[in-house]
Amino acid sequence: MSEPVTDVGQDPNRRDFIYIAAGAGAVGAAAMVAVPLIGQMNPAADTLALASIEYDLSKVEEGMQAVVKWRGKPLFVRYRTKKEIAEAKAVDIKTLRDPQTDAERVKAGHEQYLVLIGVCTHLGCVPNFGTGDYGGWFCPCHGSEYDTSGRIRQGPAPKNLEVPEYTFLSDTKIKVG
Amino acid sequence: MSDHPSTYEPKSGIEKWLDSRLPIVRLAYDSFVDYPTPKNLNYWWTFGGILSLCLGVQILTGIILAMHYTANADLAFDSVERIMRDVNYGWLIRYVHANGASMFFFAVYIHMFRGLYYGSYKAPREVLWLLGCIIYFLMIATAFMGYVLPWGQMSYYGAVVITNLIGAIPVVGPSILTWLQGGFAVDNPTLNRFFSLHYLLPFVIAGVVVLHIWALHVVGQNNPTGVEIKSKEDTLPFTPYATVKDGLAMIFFLIVFAVFVFFAPDAMGHADNYVKANPLQTPSHIVPEWYMLPFYAILRAITFDIGPIPAKLLGVTAMFGAIALIFALPWLDTSKVKSMRYRPVMRWFFVLFVLACIGLGWCGGQLPDNLVFSITTDAHGNPLGLKVVWLSQLLAVYYFAFFLIIMPWIGLKEDPLPVPASISEAVLAAHAKKKG
Repeated sequence: MSEPVTDVGQDPNRRDFIYIAAGAGAVGAAAMVAVPLIGQMNPAADTLALASIEYDLSKVEEGMQAVVKWRGKPLFVRYRTKKEIAEAKAVDIKTLRDPQTDAERVKAGHEQYLVLIGVCTHLGCVPNFGTGDYGGWFCPCHGSEYDTSGRIRQGPAPKNLEVPEYTFLSDTKIKVG
Repeated sequence: MSDHPSTYEPKSGIEKWLDSRLPIVRLAYDSFVDYPTPKNLNYWWTFGGILSLCLGVQILTGIILAMHYTANADLAFDSVERIMRDVNYGWLIRYVHANGASMFFFAVYIHMFRGLYYGSYKAPREVLWLLGCIIYFLMIATAFMGYVLPWGQMSYYGAVVITNLIGAIPVVGPSILTWLQGGFAVDNPTLNRFFSLHYLLPFVIAGVVVLHIWALHVVGQNNPTGVEIKSKEDTLPFTPYATVKDGLAMIFFLIVFAVFVFFAPDAMGHADNYVKANPLQTPSHIVPEWYMLPFYAILRAITFDIGPIPAKLLGVTAMFGAIALIFALPWLDTSKVKSMRYRPVMRWFFVLFVLACIGLGWCGGQLPDNLVFSITTDAHGNPLGLKVVWLSQLLAVYYFAFFLIIMPWIGLKEDPLPVPASISEAVLAAHAKKKG
């Protein structure tokens, strides 16, 4: 004869186990459901597959900038004058909010060309060329001012304009991305 | 009120049949016919009904606009122009919807300032107030996403600036930003999700409105004296007294609404939004819609870092903090007296608060380096004076001080005027005074 089973259901530990197991199962299921529901908001494969671009620098004249669309954002390609380069180099980087020398922001031997993502590091507006007190860019949205190296000098933006990954294919051609 | 017994008596056979199965007519009768309202409610109390009307108008016109609108970055702008030019009465429906948003916010601000002045957020109405704050927050989100849909220059850069606020969050900000935009910039995926949510949120608002009215009917309406209802002499039935008063106020409100729709439909819009979105060129002066300007001014007022915290993060925190403080109001006010009618000191701080909000709104529409007034000129003859950004900072300090210092402190220090024993007594006293 087996032991009587009448008091098994009264065992509080067995009840607790069922509650905890069911609760844990529900949490796990909710997490598994959440993954695709949240993940679908991230960039889709075709958005991620944006190609890199090549740009012919001979289209930009000295003292001017060209604006090209790259990954949905404006890309600034600026051909700096000697005076602008000298101004950018003369800055004491200890005084900067985001300290970087001009040499760190251009390619050696091609320092007349400044290639930047034209998105203000404050809240994403496109800064205007050649305005503001530092000869670089002025953001019309909240008044951030950048110098001729694209470094933040005044206003609410926390960082310098971002330099994208790019390489010189020849003296007049770059590949961005 | 919850302890008010139902007086609904079903008369016909079908009413009796329905009442014993789903007492929905009873609910409507008890809520909007026989419901006891304080008999001293003034016209500031009519904005609740006006707001329900606004929500109804926005949902109706919005559903119609969605039938003609195309949510695609290449087609959206043209589809809105088609609504304006080719769709039958499309211009009317769109202007009602666009100006309706402004009218909705105008009404909600009056409703909120009324609640603030008469202490409608104080016990036992904290949950009622919180639900209202949630509705306001949902309204901001809905209005922002709706403004993006025409895909004009202001739409686009509004979306850029506001989504980039999220990017200010340390460490995880940029990943959340990409997740929110569905790409590396505001683009077609962003537009599509905003359209989806803009269609959804008004119905969520309608759901919270039901909770808001439920909470209101549990605790009962506040009134200009801030004294709770004590007897039947203090009240009048909702219908006809409140219905007629609300109806009259709605008529005047709709007249103002119609003046905007028919005579100045673009008065509160921006010409730049009739230019198609161009990701390569930011308009020279971007501003949000007028109802967001005070918060925009607070965002821009923080131009300095504090220790390791950058100005950008501080600005975003201050802006969201300014909204969060409205939620916290019931626990910041220490006064035992509800209505500022009997708070001789606090009422002046209230007036200053309203002026500060209007001032911040003005600052939000200006360029930060513009001058409020000039005092002198510098060596080059450029005018020098009070910059807009300085005025914003001054007013932002008052905004925060009002909630965090003045509210708790004045409540403890102030000597309130004697409060009437009952609503009825206050009404009779006012009546006797008028008769002389």
